[in-house]
Amino acid sequence: MVGGTCIKFGDSINTDVIIPARYLVSIDPQELAEHAFEPLGEEVQNRLRQSKVVVAGVNFGCGSAREQAASCLVGAGIQVVIAKSFARVFFRNSINTGLLAVECPDAVEHIGDGDSVFVDATEGTVTVGSDTFHFEPYPESLRKILDAGGLIPYVTQHVVAGRR
Amino acid sequence: MGKTFAEKVMAKAAGIEQATAGQVINVYPDLIMSHAASWRCIRTLEKMGTDELYDVKRIAMVMDHNSPARTAKTAADQKLCRAFAKSKGIDKFYDVDAGIAHVVLMEDGHVRPGMVLIGTDSHSTIYGALGAAGTGVGFSEVTATWVSGYLWMKVPNSIKVVINGPLSPGTTAKDVMLKLIGDVSADGGTYCSIEFHGSYVRGLSVSERMTLCNLAMELGAKFAYVPPDEVTRAYLAERGVQPHEYEEIYPDEDAVYSRVITVEGAELTPQIACPHTVDHVLPISAVAGQKVDQVFIGSCANAKYDDLAQAAAILKGHKVAPGVRLIVTPASKHVLERIVKDGIFSTFLESGAMLTNPGCGACAGDGGVMADGEVTLSTANRNFQGRMGSYHAQIYLGSPAVAAATAIRGVITDPSEFFAKEA
Repeated sequence: MVGGTCIKFGDSINTDVIIPARYLVSIDPQELAEHAFEPLGEEVQNRLRQSKVVVAGVNFGCGSAREQAASCLVGAGIQVVIAKSFARVFFRNSINTGLLAVECPDAVEHIGDGDSVFVDATEGTVTVGSDTFHFEPYPESLRKILDAGGLIPYVTQHVVAGRR
Repeated sequence: MGKTFAEKVMAKAAGIEQATAGQVINVYPDLIMSHAASWRCIRTLEKMGTDELYDVKRIAMVMDHNSPARTAKTAADQKLCRAFAKSKGIDKFYDVDAGIAHVVLMEDGHVRPGMVLIGTDSHSTIYGALGAAGTGVGFSEVTATWVSGYLWMKVPNSIKVVINGPLSPGTTAKDVMLKLIGDVSADGGTYCSIEFHGSYVRGLSVSERMTLCNLAMELGAKFAYVPPDEVTRAYLAERGVQPHEYEEIYPDEDAVYSRVITVEGAELTPQIACPHTVDHVLPISAVAGQKVDQVFIGSCANAKYDDLAQAAAILKGHKVAPGVRLIVTPASKHVLERIVKDGIFSTFLESGAMLTNPGCGACAGDGGVMADGEVTLSTANRNFQGRMGSYHAQIYLGSPAVAAATAIRGVITDPSEFFAKEA
């Protein structure tokens, strides 16, 4: 179970808004987190850092293949992103950087900005107060990647270690 | 039940009998491209504590964003890539002079029908122009695939887009795609493979096919695909690639599509994507007259040879409007060489354009950025807020013909006015 206070966004939040290209000079999640959502202003940035969950509408993370759009959220202390839908590359980058990305439109409709939200990835549930919403849990192959903490730790454990 | 292109090509790359939409499988890509993100892959590899690569022949590295380097940090990153490529024997290494990764790899015959390619750039869908399955991934995915050879991939649903031709005069593949993106929205093709069919697509140049497949990404697509034909084979033959060196893959007649969309080309007019989303699309008549400060002809969507030739044909004998900056960035060194040889370079210069070195340039926010309140009409594929400088600037997207007409008038202009004059 992961979760806590959420920050809620609308539809079609793109990767240039999540992390502008000028900051891609870094791959350090903490450093990147300083510039996450910079186009939306300081207030949003401060709230992001105090949140554990990002909630969004449709097509969250559309645009660039930049992995930093996921890792900057990890750096900001975000544990899970719940959206009505994700852009493909953002969804992949989330799993691969160890960030839970959950598609659950009903939950998003119900969640208010600032609510406390909890996710159980094994059961496939989103809990908001006394309400519970369900989503399809990940296939086992993806769960293994998330359990390892992301794709790089996974390949290091399963491929590189085997060669030694 | 019949199979789509995506189901067939992914089964082949996974080495399995058959694959079905929705399945998650391990796929061995034929080519793994990294561009400006290459240094991040190298650093990640160091963290993994290995330098054993699965197959160095499958790795391509192209220094296309931020080229040439403008900061010492970027220079150091590029230096790292050069040294890595040399020490590992990566022969598909292209330095800062080569141009945009997608275009360069296709021009040099590295992209072939039936291949699966991954790249650290979302517009890797462009490889579908040659009947290949290309898709954008993150730098960790590229690094992991360098080491293991495989990557987890979901077999996508497929959407069939039937484009009936011919188009009306003055409209192009760019207009087809902007209209489509506007109609079905920027997530209308999320995680799908977009197959392009229809009389317009058959016999279409590889360059226009590249524009179709490149912009499929802006529908959220995983792959794009144009069935290989004589045009494809001729393009490859010019690059020394013979038919026995690739395998053409076609969808079955009874393949299952999640959606079929028909576009009537004859009804199309030039289209414009308005700030700040690619699916905020209006016919040019609704936007004409909007003042611009800058026009950018560049990017992997529309800076190939015939894009530049089309723009130059309109610019010839005209001057760029006073106070407007026209920036032209050829997609590749090959394109630059061609436009120098046949005089198109001079046409641009005489009109008042400035030409920059091949690469991603202003599309990636590298040069040609805007101040607060400024407006650019760009031939690129994205108009997100802050992508070209100030968060308080605006980007409109259109075809090279629209860009040229707009540069001359200083306001967004329907290019048909220039075609009419010549007729």
